[in-house]
Amino acid sequence: MTQNKRIVIVGATSAIAEHCARQWARDEGQQEFFLLGRDQDKLDAIAADLTVRNPALSCKTLCPDFTSTDDIQATVSKIVANGAPDIVLIAHGTLPDQQDCQQHLDMTAAAITINGLSPVLFAEAFAGPMQAANAGTLALIGSVAGDRGRKSNYVYGAAKGLVTRYAQGLQHRLADTNVRVVLIKPGPTDTPMTAHLKQDGAKLASAEDVATTIVRGVDKGRAVIYAPAKWWLIMMIIRHLPRFIFNKMDI
Amino acid sequence: MKITSWGRLRHEQHNAIAITNHRTLSAQIQHSAPGISYGMGRSYGDICLNPDGWLWQTRGMNRFISFDQDTGLLSCEAGVILKEIQDCLAPRGWLLPVTPGTQLVTVGGAIANDVHGKNHHVMGTFGEHVTGFRLERTDGTTLDCSREHNADMFRATIGGLGLTGVISRVQLQLRRIDSPWLLTDTVAFSSLDDFFALADDSEADWEHTVSWIDCLAGPQTRGIFMRANHARAEDLAAMPEYRQAGGKPPRSAGITMPLTPPVSLVNKLSLRAFNAAYFAMNARKAGAGVAHYESFFYPLDKINHWNRMYGRRGFYQYQCVVPRTTARQAIADMLAVIAAAGEGSFLAVLKTFADRPAAGLLSFPMEGATLALDFPNKGARTAQLFTRLDEVVTQAGGRLYAAKDARMSAQMFASAYPALAQFSVFRDPGISSAMSRRLLGS
Repeated sequence: MTQNKRIVIVGATSAIAEHCARQWARDEGQQEFFLLGRDQDKLDAIAADLTVRNPALSCKTLCPDFTSTDDIQATVSKIVANGAPDIVLIAHGTLPDQQDCQQHLDMTAAAITINGLSPVLFAEAFAGPMQAANAGTLALIGSVAGDRGRKSNYVYGAAKGLVTRYAQGLQHRLADTNVRVVLIKPGPTDTPMTAHLKQDGAKLASAEDVATTIVRGVDKGRAVIYAPAKWWLIMMIIRHLPRFIFNKMDI
Repeated sequence: MKITSWGRLRHEQHNAIAITNHRTLSAQIQHSAPGISYGMGRSYGDICLNPDGWLWQTRGMNRFISFDQDTGLLSCEAGVILKEIQDCLAPRGWLLPVTPGTQLVTVGGAIANDVHGKNHHVMGTFGEHVTGFRLERTDGTTLDCSREHNADMFRATIGGLGLTGVISRVQLQLRRIDSPWLLTDTVAFSSLDDFFALADDSEADWEHTVSWIDCLAGPQTRGIFMRANHARAEDLAAMPEYRQAGGKPPRSAGITMPLTPPVSLVNKLSLRAFNAAYFAMNARKAGAGVAHYESFFYPLDKINHWNRMYGRRGFYQYQCVVPRTTARQAIADMLAVIAAAGEGSFLAVLKTFADRPAAGLLSFPMEGATLALDFPNKGARTAQLFTRLDEVVTQAGGRLYAAKDARMSAQMFASAYPALAQFSVFRDPGISSAMSRRLLGS
């Protein structure tokens, strides 16, 4: 561990990201967190929480415009000005309603922007400085939904598919550096984003357990992490189902 | 979705609302009343249930707000669980002054049930160490409550069954510890008189006292009396168990009860074997020892879902307190009733409470002895047993613990909790639970 570990969390108010932050905060030693989100109050609450958990760490909160290339670039430049980060976790997203997206193109555009384009822009902005420093781990949260388009949520799936393909390319680009690029694909997780799924009786993994899987995977620098791990098998099957079977499924 | 409580007696449909932030809480409950708060679901009966109605799940509201390392004053959201607090702060020399037999409960739940621990005679109940909290009411009002401000509402909310509002954030006074270890002493006893003598003798010198009893042993009640004090660093150096552990707390991942068997695994046969073995094991290792606070206070937390052991029909916990003057006879009578019914309990816990002013209007503890027993749900047969136990408790001037209760009558509750009429005016009309309808009529 370096003297002053720098951890950047984009979308820090997401339940999964918050639990990752809590687990990283358990590390002893000097740590500096950069928490990026849209809601300053929520960021402040998370910063206070992390500081109680570990008084030795420091937190900075930032509220950039997640859809503005200028703002993303400026924010990232500010963060890396004092040194490249050790860990970047890009975790933001919203779960759009597929039906709404089919009715309204502006909702489709917004969903793809926030879930696909925006994470990729953040990653691209961090990739350069991290490559120059030749160190650090850049983790992106994709989704099992990005593995194969399904009628129930293909707009979200397409955005996450974009993240998947981008992460692959970035892994290729940085393969002979010391920078690790980690793509995380959570299955449906028990978070405020999925509260409505739970009402319908779906069994969801806890954000805490998913975070544990992520923290472990980031630590090892694994290329692709399914969380929970069983989704690797499920998605392997779903990806390989012949179209004539897949198209008859109501998923 | 279908939700149950720790006793697993009923699994019914609830409209669950996840509350993840104390700032959004007020708006959320205003738009989904009447409802009831639900934390970890570790109360045994229906205090946290509202079938076919709204349920406010507070577990996601679990952030620390501030902690003063010098004074031990902690502010946190009400969905933080006791284990999170102690995991984080025990290494820095602070523990919660009062915790129940599990640390997997939320701070909000600990206040609503005004829980107690093994050190009631020294530290009282959880509510005594709460210095303030913020209460959100379904009419949109926010009340900051403490012993100085809104003191009446403060007293009503401690032990208030979740019916006065929803607690969003809490301030707690923690207690200093020198180490996370306890010096323990285990004594086997073979009659109720011995138990009461041990309890009286231990009160002055031991902070934590509790005993397990073998309720199948017949008229000569045998049991194991456990007492402990927090260890100072210099005490520990001399203890071989501590040196063996290298001074490190036991780190086991715990085990999980993987499924719910169709019938209870606790039955007469298994119980007799278990009780005999448990008694023999503890009697053999009687004497002084050392234990980490987690294994001494929360042994069952190591077994995830232990409640599944009682099978698909679930189980009841019957916990009563009887006043000191009638305690000896009432406990003997209850054990006789249980024996006569051919029933037995795996978790039979007997403990004395001291005379302390109650923290809340409806707080459970009173000076006397408390007996807690688990029974698998066998329908009418179990109900009949409880009716007979109720008679003993009522005659003795005792009462039942709402946190454990799923079945007492409104009449028994009203007669045993004299402050009930006083409490009623503090209720939030937008809050209702299965328990409040059963015991308070609304």
